[in-house]
Amino acid sequence: MALLQISEPGQAPDPHQRRVAVGIDLGTTHSLVAAVRHGVAECLPDDQGRVLLPSAVRYLGDGGRAIGHAARDAQAEDPENTLVSVKRFMGRTLADVAGHGRLPYRFVDRPGMLAIATREGDKSPVEVSAEILATLRQRAEDTFADDLFGAVITVPAYFDDAQRQATKDAAHLAGLNVLRLINEPTAAAVAYGLDNASEGLYAVYDLGGGTFDISLLRLTRGVFEVVATGGDAALGGDDIDHAVADWAAREAGRDVVSPRDKRALLVAARAAKEALTAADRTSVRADLDGRPLQVELTRAQLDRLAKPLVDRTLAAVRKALRDADVGRQDVQGVVMVGGSTRMPGVRAAVSEFFGRDVLTNVNPDEVVAIGAAIQANALAGNGRDGELLLLDVIPLSLGLETMGGLVERIVERNSTIPVAKAQDFTTFKDGQTAMALHVVQGERELVAECRSLARFELRGIPPMVAGAARIRVTFQVDADGLLSVSAREQVSGVEAAIVVKPSYGLGDDQIATMLKDGFANAEIDMAARSLREAHVEAERMLLATRAALAADGRLLQDEPRAAIDALMLALEQANRGDDTAAIETATKALADGTEHFAALRMNQGIRQALAGKRLEEV
Amino acid sequence: MKLDDDDFTLFGLAPRFALDRPELDAQWRRLQSQVHPDRFAADGAASQRLAMQWAVRVNEAYQRLKDPLKRAAYLCELRGVAIDAENNTAMPGDFLQQQMAWREALDDAVDLPAVEALDADVRVHEKQLFDTLAATLDERNDAAAAARQVRALMFVARFRQDVARRLEALEPLH
Repeated sequence: MALLQISEPGQAPDPHQRRVAVGIDLGTTHSLVAAVRHGVAECLPDDQGRVLLPSAVRYLGDGGRAIGHAARDAQAEDPENTLVSVKRFMGRTLADVAGHGRLPYRFVDRPGMLAIATREGDKSPVEVSAEILATLRQRAEDTFADDLFGAVITVPAYFDDAQRQATKDAAHLAGLNVLRLINEPTAAAVAYGLDNASEGLYAVYDLGGGTFDISLLRLTRGVFEVVATGGDAALGGDDIDHAVADWAAREAGRDVVSPRDKRALLVAARAAKEALTAADRTSVRADLDGRPLQVELTRAQLDRLAKPLVDRTLAAVRKALRDADVGRQDVQGVVMVGGSTRMPGVRAAVSEFFGRDVLTNVNPDEVVAIGAAIQANALAGNGRDGELLLLDVIPLSLGLETMGGLVERIVERNSTIPVAKAQDFTTFKDGQTAMALHVVQGERELVAECRSLARFELRGIPPMVAGAARIRVTFQVDADGLLSVSAREQVSGVEAAIVVKPSYGLGDDQIATMLKDGFANAEIDMAARSLREAHVEAERMLLATRAALAADGRLLQDEPRAAIDALMLALEQANRGDDTAAIETATKALADGTEHFAALRMNQGIRQALAGKRLEEV
Repeated sequence: MKLDDDDFTLFGLAPRFALDRPELDAQWRRLQSQVHPDRFAADGAASQRLAMQWAVRVNEAYQRLKDPLKRAAYLCELRGVAIDAENNTAMPGDFLQQQMAWREALDDAVDLPAVEALDADVRVHEKQLFDTLAATLDERNDAAAAARQVRALMFVARFRQDVARRLEALEPLH
């Protein structure tokens, strides 16, 4: 029998096994990776000292890719093969993307998610995002000279299920173990809250390149509770660039047709917008079709161009305040996040709305990644127990289509996750043996105005008169905000059940194909990769079990304890070999064999929570 | 502690209508601190599955306890009286008259101040109904009467949703 390790009180079971966990902000224009090093969360720089990685991938034509700065700098020269701002296309079809005609890409419409034709074939936004994530993963592994235990990846709070699923798929494709998807504003609040030791109600106003989020959070002793969230998944600084570019073309009386000119004018518009953060006036300059364009732009004119977009953000803020049933005067601080909040006009409008100065003391580009790193560190078990807990919500209601194209809401928006809700439905016709279920997301009453997430059928319902069957449909949203739905008929005792994952995500086989197609950085041998993943998973399971036994082993009697010890020993032995299937089987055996122990621990935790309350009352 | 314990037991609270909201909130945070899947992110699949079940259960109970109408309905059911709103639509005449008067007032209200005034009136009435309900449940312990009051309050809640929609539509951008 193996000797079990017993750690000193208050220490991690094995201090040498400190797990490297990172936070990644996968942004529309820039992406960053951050980690807790020496107790401080900081963004990791590349070998040239730059922390921002432009979210740009250029397909070079020889199987190679340029990622980041080199790609971004080439976008005017090679617009069709240089993909930027793909975050806007994650989990979207062509019909979802407003103004796609203005973009210099050759879009390929596909069910579920669009793709973009490049000189190296059609690229899904998931693949492009995976290239960016893999680059950041490499940066982190080089920094720590170690494999990553896992990553927390941030998404806009307003991302729907399809967009979250696409983000998670991209991370898997990049070989990352996703510890959790968290919302960007929540991450920003963590970065601020822990810094400033604040308590009370805070608003996070997050205007990025392509998305706008507003979140209201209540901070209480290390617990970050999101009380309401809202926003617009297709509104951001890019829209201001487009408004400036369109205006400049009109002012100069020029038609902009070619992809290259469109891109060049957008780049110029963006540069002018950024210059106006410090200056009062500048000019938009670009060479279009061999002829120079130059238009003067003042800050006041920029503010006028941006006003419709800023007003849309403030309408979303009002809605979130209403959802939370609070007034703007109840908000104790307003955190500004996202590069677009550097615009003086945006800051002024938000300050005026809330009647207070806004908080900008953490770099708005870095604050989300830093918050994600703090959470990643806690999830990996490196942090002190109980110092941080995020209680987040789903941004959009989830429901089912009923007769007449109406939506029956099952889970309301702003419900704290994880959440599960069940509702009973019945048959419409006598003898009906199947039922079509259509899962939608959104706030509107009509199915046509909501986003369709998945369709599936429940078959094998015993024939009964109309209205006699009881079909219970259960929606479950996990801590990543991802939905699964199941349905089952329960009157007759005959059970038919089906579980769906919404279908817009990529299937496992598609992911496997993409992995085989390979990446810029590495030729991946699938078998070697599977083996390595099995080793990592086995190691993770062993570590977790050892830690659990060290903390709560006394809950177990001798016999079950011996059974778990035997399973651990078997897994350790399998893990020394290179039989992937054997390692996976032993890992699963240990996972199954510790289920009862996990239940005992959970029970103890709840008792302690209740006891803690009684102690405080005394 | 079991997943199928009732909400009050789970939260360590007496099964009464009156409750201390800050205490409920604090207890919810305390329970989530113990059971949330984030606490088990580095653990095995079994722990994560269990954590998910418990966190869902704790959130479900919290949603029910913090909403006075849901809490009252739940207490009636715990005391053996189902609300069964679909099959119990009979309401006292004066209550129905009040409802009709409100509906007419909402139809007639053309501007924001008029809808806001109606909203304030409805809130006052709702508060009185809740005070009566609290006494019915906690002092008189009359679950059957409480269930009738809950059904009436469900009407009021539905009407307040309509008022809220009107307020939203009328509210100016600035």
